[in-house]
Amino acid sequence: MEKLKNREDLSNLRRKCIESAAAQKTKVMVCGGTGCVASGSMQVYEQMQQTMKNHGLDVEVELVEDHCGSNPVGLNLSGCIGICELGPLVRIEPQGWLYFKVKPGDCEEIVERSVIAGEPVERLAYSENGKVFLKQEDVPFYKKQKRVVLEHCGHASALSIKGYIALGGYSSLEKALFDMTGDEIIDEISKSKLRGRGGGGFPAGRKWKQVSQQAETERYVVCNGDEGDPGAFMDQSVMEGDPHRLLEGMAIAGIAVGAKVGYIYVRAEYPLAVKRLQNAIRQANELGLLGSNILGSGVDFEIRINRGAGAFVCGEGSALTASIEGKRGMPRVKPPRTTEKGLFGKPTVLNNVETFANVPSIVEKGSDWFCSIGTEKSPGTKAFALTGDICHTGLIEVPMGTTLREVIFDIGGGMRDGAEFKAVQIGGPSGGCLDSDDLDAPLDFDSLSERGAIIGSGGLVVMSQKTCMVEVARFFMSFTQRESCGKCVPCREGTKRMLEILERIVHGDGREGDIERLEDLADTVSHTSLCGLGKTAPSPVSSTIAKFRDEYEAHIRDHRCPAGACTDLMNYVIDPNLCKGCSKCSRICPANAISGKLKKPYTIDTSLCIRCGACMDACNFGAIRREA
Amino acid sequence: MESNFDFSQIDEILDRRGRTPQATIAILQDIQELYNYLPHEVFPYIAKALGIGDAKLYGVATFYKNFSLEPKGKCIIHCCDGTACHVRGSMPVLSAVRKELGLKDGQATTDDGRFTVETVACLGACGLAPVLTVDGEVHPNMTPEKVASLVADLKEKID
Repeated sequence: MEKLKNREDLSNLRRKCIESAAAQKTKVMVCGGTGCVASGSMQVYEQMQQTMKNHGLDVEVELVEDHCGSNPVGLNLSGCIGICELGPLVRIEPQGWLYFKVKPGDCEEIVERSVIAGEPVERLAYSENGKVFLKQEDVPFYKKQKRVVLEHCGHASALSIKGYIALGGYSSLEKALFDMTGDEIIDEISKSKLRGRGGGGFPAGRKWKQVSQQAETERYVVCNGDEGDPGAFMDQSVMEGDPHRLLEGMAIAGIAVGAKVGYIYVRAEYPLAVKRLQNAIRQANELGLLGSNILGSGVDFEIRINRGAGAFVCGEGSALTASIEGKRGMPRVKPPRTTEKGLFGKPTVLNNVETFANVPSIVEKGSDWFCSIGTEKSPGTKAFALTGDICHTGLIEVPMGTTLREVIFDIGGGMRDGAEFKAVQIGGPSGGCLDSDDLDAPLDFDSLSERGAIIGSGGLVVMSQKTCMVEVARFFMSFTQRESCGKCVPCREGTKRMLEILERIVHGDGREGDIERLEDLADTVSHTSLCGLGKTAPSPVSSTIAKFRDEYEAHIRDHRCPAGACTDLMNYVIDPNLCKGCSKCSRICPANAISGKLKKPYTIDTSLCIRCGACMDACNFGAIRREA
Repeated sequence: MESNFDFSQIDEILDRRGRTPQATIAILQDIQELYNYLPHEVFPYIAKALGIGDAKLYGVATFYKNFSLEPKGKCIIHCCDGTACHVRGSMPVLSAVRKELGLKDGQATTDDGRFTVETVACLGACGLAPVLTVDGEVHPNMTPEKVASLVADLKEKID
């Protein structure tokens, strides 16, 4: 690709890209997100290409100016389409048909009917209660969503800069370079009230302004792609599915604050994101949309990638910059803030992936447009990773202020296998639990913090009545305890003590006063820890105690797990109606806890039972079950 | 101390990444990719090349959990225990993997050095929970039953 020397060159290229895209009568998008790739979408992509060739179609996997035939068909590996559970997903444009669970064997039918004959393949479309939904936007999962950050995911190739430019990509960069001053950009972002999507919700515009006002002129832009919250993958989807949007957002930040270098810190567990970002940076450098003297404007901005090495604490700003510098990723005392002394001790704009990904749309459409979405204090949209005991798991994006009920029941399709809703864990190990009382609460920064939870990075894990909330608290505490960097005492020691107490409670050894001890420790750890990891580590415990204190009490006082999840608190019982009296269980029991007479129902002495479950596995008649 | 360690590949990595402290993590990542772990011979060599103390380098290598100072198995299985996988039963999957491979408590690598089993916090394939990866390849919707056949296949393949 030839380097673009000025604005005109970019306009010309854009026009050509739009024409090339328009010439493709049909476009087939195969989802290339991590979820769909795991379900086999690469095989579908390859088979699709082969099948199209077999039918003599002119397959174009990249936008080209000179079409080799008269009837070009586009084939793209797209970003995450969202409904991961039903992947691999294939989308047909311009009709907008969405096909689910596509196998390589389905390609023949898709090419023959949808690509050549222009008719839908109904059997691959989504159906609910006998009703078939052909178009993506009609599928209930998508109905209440509004895609801003994810607008290109599923509509464009994740690998092509031309595809991005054809959809208007890099026009915001152009505007920022030639039509706006740095201060104007910052003003626009401030007016949009864009708040950091990584958890804290700090106004991005204010952050940028602080950096631009520093006396030191060597400045940096850093993107936090260390999406460490277990159960969250929104940032991954943006980096994999629409990498150029992130690069454009970062470059605009660079122009606004006068930085020349940007770093993206990507989690080690996201190899595909690293690959796609490297590809995107190479393309942008080739076209001169990154690098020195961008489009002849005299502005320089380059972007580098740093891979994480497996430390959750590196999601914290000062730990992240330490890690980029090649050091142990440990947080430091603040102030000075990152905006004053960040990477290499220089003023640094540090935002997360989703925050930067919002920037191009705000610059293009203006802050008024952005403020028209969402709520007054939290405008815009938020992407959530919707997982757990829910019918449709996947990646969603909704306007801020959408209620939990809409997310779980309208978009997520309600609880899986008719289970009863109990709680949703939001914000990962730093977040809290919301229960059925909160179903109609709007999802935005302020109303969630009022309820003891946070949006965090946006992981939503839905749990049914079968999930034990004490065990959930223990799970998160074991995570934060393991990930505590050990620098400050409250976090290092406090999380350990809290975990010990939670472990003994789920094992049935809880003591009177343990709940109060947990509350006391939670208070100390959250108020005295050095960084955000420690400050928020007790949140899952505090919020589950606040909402489900009776469950804690049942574990401690009655040695009973109301959800029936904690194995140490379960009793094994033999159903006398199903037991044939074969004696197999009593022979296999290592504790001699089972007795009875042959051909008569056997019984288990719970005081001797060690709850190993061997009897249940051994029973040929399914007569043994676990009871809370 | 004399050793027969071949540093030529290490030199290549150092040339590619640059001999600056800032490149420490990237260099260690490349070495780990090459050997599957960080051989102890490389530490003084790299520390000297980067102009930092041995202790500082060792401090970085032990801080991040992706780095291993012990050799790992030929085949690495990562069981995801992120929240989504956890609530959908990742622990029984992990137990099944460990049981099929005959790993004792606290043991990560099989005695024959063929397999290493580790848990990771989240692989970002939450929609398909519970998942595990074999040398980076994601296996979705795992169950203890599926684990048995997967491990049997892997054992055959690696022989």
